[in-house]
Amino acid sequence: MSDDISDNKTNGVSRRAVLAGGTALTASLFMPKGLRAADFPTAEVNTTGLAVTDDTVTIGILHSITGTMAISETGSVQAEKLAIEQINAQGGILGRKIEYIQEDGASDWPTFAEKARKLLVNDKVASVMGCWTSASRKAVLPVFEQHNGFLYYPTFYEGLEESPNVIYTGQEATQQIIAGLDWVNQTKGAKTFYLLGSDYIWPRTSNKIARKHIENFMDGCKVVGEEYYPLGHTQFNSVINKIRLRKPDVIYAIVVGGSNVAFYKQLKAAGIDMTKEKPILLTISVTEDEIRGIGGENIDGAYACMKYFQSLENENNLAFVSAFKEMWGDDMVIGDVTQAAYLGPWLWKAAVEKAGSFDVDKVREASPGIELTSAPEGYVKVHENHHLWSKTRVGRAQADGQYEVVFETADLVEPDPFPEGYQ
Amino acid sequence: MFADYSMAELGAIFAMQGFAGLILFSVFVLMALGLAIIFGQMGVINMAHGEFMILGAYVTYLMSNLFADYMPALFSIYFFVAMILAFIASGLLGLFVEWAMIRHLYKRPLDTLLATWGLSLILQQTYRSVFGAREVGVSIPDWMMGSLPLTDLIEVPINGIFVMVLAVGISLAVYIMMFRSRWGKQVRAINQNRVMAGAVGINTEWTDRLTFGIGCGVAGVAGSAFTMIGSTGPTAGQLYIVDTFLVVVFGGAGSLLGTIASAFSISQAQSIMEFFLSGSMAKVLTLLVVVGILMIRPQGLFSLKLRK
Repeated sequence: MSDDISDNKTNGVSRRAVLAGGTALTASLFMPKGLRAADFPTAEVNTTGLAVTDDTVTIGILHSITGTMAISETGSVQAEKLAIEQINAQGGILGRKIEYIQEDGASDWPTFAEKARKLLVNDKVASVMGCWTSASRKAVLPVFEQHNGFLYYPTFYEGLEESPNVIYTGQEATQQIIAGLDWVNQTKGAKTFYLLGSDYIWPRTSNKIARKHIENFMDGCKVVGEEYYPLGHTQFNSVINKIRLRKPDVIYAIVVGGSNVAFYKQLKAAGIDMTKEKPILLTISVTEDEIRGIGGENIDGAYACMKYFQSLENENNLAFVSAFKEMWGDDMVIGDVTQAAYLGPWLWKAAVEKAGSFDVDKVREASPGIELTSAPEGYVKVHENHHLWSKTRVGRAQADGQYEVVFETADLVEPDPFPEGYQ
Repeated sequence: MFADYSMAELGAIFAMQGFAGLILFSVFVLMALGLAIIFGQMGVINMAHGEFMILGAYVTYLMSNLFADYMPALFSIYFFVAMILAFIASGLLGLFVEWAMIRHLYKRPLDTLLATWGLSLILQQTYRSVFGAREVGVSIPDWMMGSLPLTDLIEVPINGIFVMVLAVGISLAVYIMMFRSRWGKQVRAINQNRVMAGAVGINTEWTDRLTFGIGCGVAGVAGSAFTMIGSTGPTAGQLYIVDTFLVVVFGGAGSLLGTIASAFSISQAQSIMEFFLSGSMAKVLTLLVVVGILMIRPQGLFSLKLRK
């Protein structure tokens, strides 16, 4: 693809115009609106010197391809590339094909900041799909705000942030936590909770919200223990004994990374059978992606609270899953964050088309209220606070590594990154 | 905190907690033995120790797939085959690394730290390229998962027992090799005085290579066993390296008995504190105590008596 574009650049204006017309024509076959690049002169849709030409627009992809986070971020990169390819197949954005420049954050936060600067200052990308951990997002945030970049961030995270330069396509903490706790309380009659997590900001903030909700908003429920273990901790026998002693109805686990695998293997080896009535294991940190490392047989019966599961049976999702597998291989699994990453390019496309411009300020202005009916998770909508309205779902892990959806909220849950009464 | 529980429950919890400590002890011993041989006997700071362990884990992963696909009838015993192959694979890689890299650095022991750290990065990226960045799931035979109910309240994880038996077995094997075999005698001689050992006719080059290889092989077996309790991914080796060095340095480099004593004290301290405090706090306190003791006794718990 990049070849014939450089071809175009070396040729005369007339040929470029013909070609652009040609692409727009084929595109218009697919698209009812028939957006043609010629209708949107570059000088008008790009007044701030972004990397937009008459037939292409360049965006950045900034994730870790190497280092410890590569395991999690690979899926996001794959989803973003799939979305870009599909958008291009439909004729691109404002008649322009999306090209991307991919940079490797290498699981190192200063590297993320440096690469973000490179993408914004040198490459002048129109937007960036990227980051995964909160630490990497916090590292690039000043860069995006200084150079007025626009970031689509895919991961569910702890909230407490609302930047004009970021669209958060994952859930903030309250969207992921509250509905799940209410569900386990109402349908399973759970009263006592044991909170457990890896020791950093996301599990701690999430558990803080969970504790406030359990103690203040759920009748007769209480927290019987709260524990944190260093990232990379691999020995959970002591805490498992503590859990036995306290006999909680629910083990609420937010363990991440390699620790996750150790935790579930040892839980199973200790004879805690999650396929039975009690204790219920409810997690917000294990997607289908993580189950591959844990092993389905080790987590069989656990519940996870997410907004997306690969097993969702709606038309959007069936199409998404088969397109994803066609592009990246049949053995791929798709987790919550991967789906959220897939939304990024589509939301940006919708915002650009609504604004009729690639200018960051205009895209930002156009973003709130953007709706996406084609999202694999169903219908989503961008809130004033740059987060997404989306449903919360509970799935039960199966031995084959997939989740069976057992509950979903009736309505979209409003994002609330600064929840009152939970601080 | 114990007021709500009956005596029977408390007894059961203490029994299981004691057992958790013993399992942690076995894990530490398995992790540290290979390094104790390499660091203790040869003075090589092997930062790639974790990656040698993970090589063993990946061998186990390959074997589990191979047996599941071609010899499902024998799946329940594949683990033993995998451990032997893990020893061979990590050992061979160890021999090669010693020949290609380590032997040029014996006169500059601190440089081994940088060189082996570089090696660990190379190995990590190799695993990532070959097996993918995602963690792989190793299926374990059913009989090794699950727990053994001793009484109504006490349940003992079977993989914990397996790790304990393995730790004892390997410790014995290393002890016999070190103190009852010709090779062990040569290793100790070289450790005491390399020039003199060479002068009396010991092939120091070959002995070094074999020592490094055996140390790496033991790491491979440990990695293979850890597929039961931990994750198998390109960077999983990093999870173990700090604890491993902690155990070996605290025990006193050069003393295998020290390594075992140190593994025991650190694991017991940690597992008891984890029970009463939070996990992070237990780790902090353990490290503080270890640092404190090392300040008073820099040579570690046990040290060889040398004339200085």
